Amino acid sequence: MSLSNIFDIAGSAMSAQTVRLNTTASNMANADSVSSSYGETYRARKAVFELGRQNEMQPGVPLGTQAGQGVEVAGIVESDAPLRQEYNPNHPMANEDGYVFYPNVNVVEEMADMISASRSFQINAEIMNTAKQMTQRALTLGQG
Amino acid sequence: MAISFESALGIHEQAVYVRSQRAEVLANNIANADTPNFKARDMDFKAILQGKESQMQMGQLELAKTKSGHSEGLVNPDFAAEMMYRIPSQPSIDGNTVDVQTEMARYTENALDYQASFQFLDKKFKGLKSAIKGE
Repeated sequence: MSLSNIFDIAGSAMSAQTVRLNTTASNMANADSVSSSYGETYRARKAVFELGRQNEMQPGVPLGTQAGQGVEVAGIVESDAPLRQEYNPNHPMANEDGYVFYPNVNVVEEMADMISASRSFQINAEIMNTAKQMTQRALTLGQG
Repeated sequence: MAISFESALGIHEQAVYVRSQRAEVLANNIANADTPNFKARDMDFKAILQGKESQMQMGQLELAKTKSGHSEGLVNPDFAAEMMYRIPSQPSIDGNTVDVQTEMARYTENALDYQASFQFLDKKFKGLKSAIKGE
């Protein structure tokens, strides 16, 4: 029965959105982690999504013709945006030139990402709930 | 007179199956709402049902399969032939064509249609049951 595939699909989406929420939390938590060198500074992390691997869901069915594959996280990349540097010679973490480096975390962007991820999570939970009702109904066939 | 399940249940059994398949496709669209370059897909329920209906009326009409890799024809269990890509209403930067709101509406509608088809199927079984019992 294909309804059980919906649980896999919505579940994969929920787990992917959780990863996205985790990276957002990490970015927000480290938004003010200062550092004295360019290389050591925290960089914003972003989850990259891709269509789930096809052969795992329905073995034997040709590629591209399957109803659903779900989603998976291909990897987590660090943002290439320039770091924020601040001239503050009195800062204890300042380097010899008097600069401190701040992460390239854009707080507004992260907040928007967080709302988007939690919304998507909610929607997929709703999908799962509806699929559950459909499955429960299918189990009552011929009863009563 | 023997009761054939095929003729007793009619199209409803197929309808329930196609509805559950479609639910999977729509769930996959929504799951991939944030995946770059994902193209939303759907199936033409009417075309599939007509295919099923004509298949039932004409008996088992099948394509001749001369090699093991040949497909079973248009009415394929995985509906590959009926799967189509959606035309997006708005372009997006990452190439994704999923509109979550309309997909959600379609998914809910499909779930209700599933319930309706299921209800029909259930009633068929109830009819058979009371015929057997002679009530």
